[in-house]
Amino acid sequence: MAGKTLYDKLWDAHLIKQNDDGSSVLYIDRHVLHEVTSPQAFEGLRLAGRSPWRLDTNIATPDHNISTDREERDAGVSGIPDEISRIQVKTLDDNCDHFGIKEFKMNEMGQGIVHVMGPELGATMPGMTVVCGDSHTATHGALACLAHGIGTSEVEHVLATQCLVTKKMKNMRVTVNGEVGHGVTPKDIVLAVIGKIGTAGGNGHAIEFAGSVFRDMSIEGRMTVCNMAIEAGARVGMVAVDEKTIRYCEGRQFVPKGDLWNQAVTYWKTLVSDDDAEFDSEIEMHAEDIAPQVTWGTSPEMVAPVTAIVPDPKDQPEGDRRKGMIRALEYMGLKSGMPITSIVVDRVFIGSCTNSRIEDMREAAIVANGRQVASTVKQVLIVPGSQMVKAQAEAEGLDKIFIQAGMDWREPGCSMCLAMNADKLGAGEHCASTSNRNFEGRQGNGGRTHLMSPAMAAAAAVAGHIVDVRPWLSEGEAR
Amino acid sequence: MKAFTQHRGLVGPMDRANVDTDMIIPKQFLKSIKRSGFGPNLFDELRYLDQGEPGQDCSDRPLNPDFPLNEPRYKGASILLARKNFGCGSSREHAPWALEDYGFKAVIAPSYADIFYNNCFKNGVLPVILSENEVDELFQELASDEGYHLNIDLAAQTVTTDSGKIFSFELDEFRKECLLSGLDEIGLTLTSSDLIKEYEIEREKQHPWVFGAIK
Ligand code: SF4
Repeated sequence: MAGKTLYDKLWDAHLIKQNDDGSSVLYIDRHVLHEVTSPQAFEGLRLAGRSPWRLDTNIATPDHNISTDREERDAGVSGIPDEISRIQVKTLDDNCDHFGIKEFKMNEMGQGIVHVMGPELGATMPGMTVVCGDSHTATHGALACLAHGIGTSEVEHVLATQCLVTKKMKNMRVTVNGEVGHGVTPKDIVLAVIGKIGTAGGNGHAIEFAGSVFRDMSIEGRMTVCNMAIEAGARVGMVAVDEKTIRYCEGRQFVPKGDLWNQAVTYWKTLVSDDDAEFDSEIEMHAEDIAPQVTWGTSPEMVAPVTAIVPDPKDQPEGDRRKGMIRALEYMGLKSGMPITSIVVDRVFIGSCTNSRIEDMREAAIVANGRQVASTVKQVLIVPGSQMVKAQAEAEGLDKIFIQAGMDWREPGCSMCLAMNADKLGAGEHCASTSNRNFEGRQGNGGRTHLMSPAMAAAAAVAGHIVDVRPWLSEGEAR
Repeated sequence: MKAFTQHRGLVGPMDRANVDTDMIIPKQFLKSIKRSGFGPNLFDELRYLDQGEPGQDCSDRPLNPDFPLNEPRYKGASILLARKNFGCGSSREHAPWALEDYGFKAVIAPSYADIFYNNCFKNGVLPVILSENEVDELFQELASDEGYHLNIDLAAQTVTTDSGKIFSFELDEFRKECLLSGLDEIGLTLTSSDLIKEYEIEREKQHPWVFGAIK
């Protein structure tokens, strides 16, 4: 019999019941909540007269909707100018207070984007099943968790039963080996993977990222990669446990200490795929082939190396793909054949659960240090992913580097990743963005998003157009 | 959840691949704390020429004449014919809520994003999967036949045209059963309460650190 994959092990350890109809009841260890996808779930719970199954599994924080402006934040929840947003944030506070759920409120230390806050507090740990009403929950898989997004009905289901009724996914392994080029970051690696397998390539699969490139990567980098598994269609992305995973967890707020810690570590070390495990599909790539990546279209698979030109739909066979490209180029206001580096940017956004951890801030600061934002760029938003990231960055003086370069240093939240608050693009504006989605209108009605790494985004801010950051970095500066 | 058994309805087109949930219901409408009322903002950015805001009366907003569902012939459509990877992107359940609130009972497409597919069943919207060729064929028939209706039978797992063509589709048994009976899924899981508690006791012995940390 073949061995087990990491996903198989996590699945088996949480399986409560296999139903005759092919579905399974799976136990959930950690449930992360935020203001946007939880109100209807709490309401459902109330209407049915139910209460949460377990309180010590839930952790909540507002992130999607809140302002990143210092003054507005200082005014507190009652000072949120938009009434509908204010009600939503207040509803989360009220629901958490009412049911007794641990919440890191808007301006409290600990607050942050759900997927930044969970791992950094040690609320998500190796071997856990983690769910959240947000598709980027795959991020937590960097710690060898089985983590995925769920809808609001499932949020209610997990609150009420601590379980999900679900079906096992297939196993996919994405292996990247080789030397990562100077100036090539985890974001570039994952964008290249999505470019290769496509936005639906991982549908129905749990992806394990394997190979020397991910082994050598920091935990923060692995989070960037797992975060974007969903952009390849996979609800789950994972990396096996190694020494780095264990060192990352040690000492964090909710992580066990003493004997319990030793016991946990012993178990965590088993969380790797067996050598003889079989995957339903395998993708292999070589790091040497990967340059810094930039998206030119309206789907994350529409991506190219920064050294390339905007592709020509006519090179594609007739069909959906070609039609999609034509529509995307029209929306993006780009012409086939123009160099990617000739794309002028109006705004820059460095943040989101993909790239707002301390390493990302450092990476952007290296580029921003001693340089100035181009006069043609209207705004550069630097939005740390959490209060803890913000505090750490300020302790290192990164905020001053950004401010001196002419960039805006903001309060933690999702911000212009999805533009639910005031941070948004105007129609037709191009944005160099470190977020994860370049869909039409994602960052504001008519806005045009180019996904890239923090280093590349910072360089675009300085140059005023997309630019290859590699010559700007001395050896050893890039991770 | 709401039940779905059979449905006969007018078909409306959404002829593009990778329609994401931001397109189905743009983010500004996610500020609502309600489950209903999203229908007027379904496909908001494609459907209207101005920018939509939550709480606004949509009845006098300028419609985009180039958006097919705005054509009179598709008024009252309750089956959406779509392309592959429909519903990709965010996990927002507001997407099926908006489809349902608009009046769609079913979607027909070659493939869906996983989370969206799952969310549809929770809201009585049936996502039917047919092959790309079959979907192409339906798009052609739709184009040439004003008032094009289809008949969907969940128990038989078929889509039937008025001319008598039958297309079969697959879906998981448990999803089918839940939808047919409109089952309260939470209530059903709670019938396994004892099993869940037993699991917790066992698990706490093995992995005690998973319990009690967050207070
Ligand atoms: S940063 Fe963006 S992708 Fe991440 S949770 Fe917030 S809105 Fe979602």
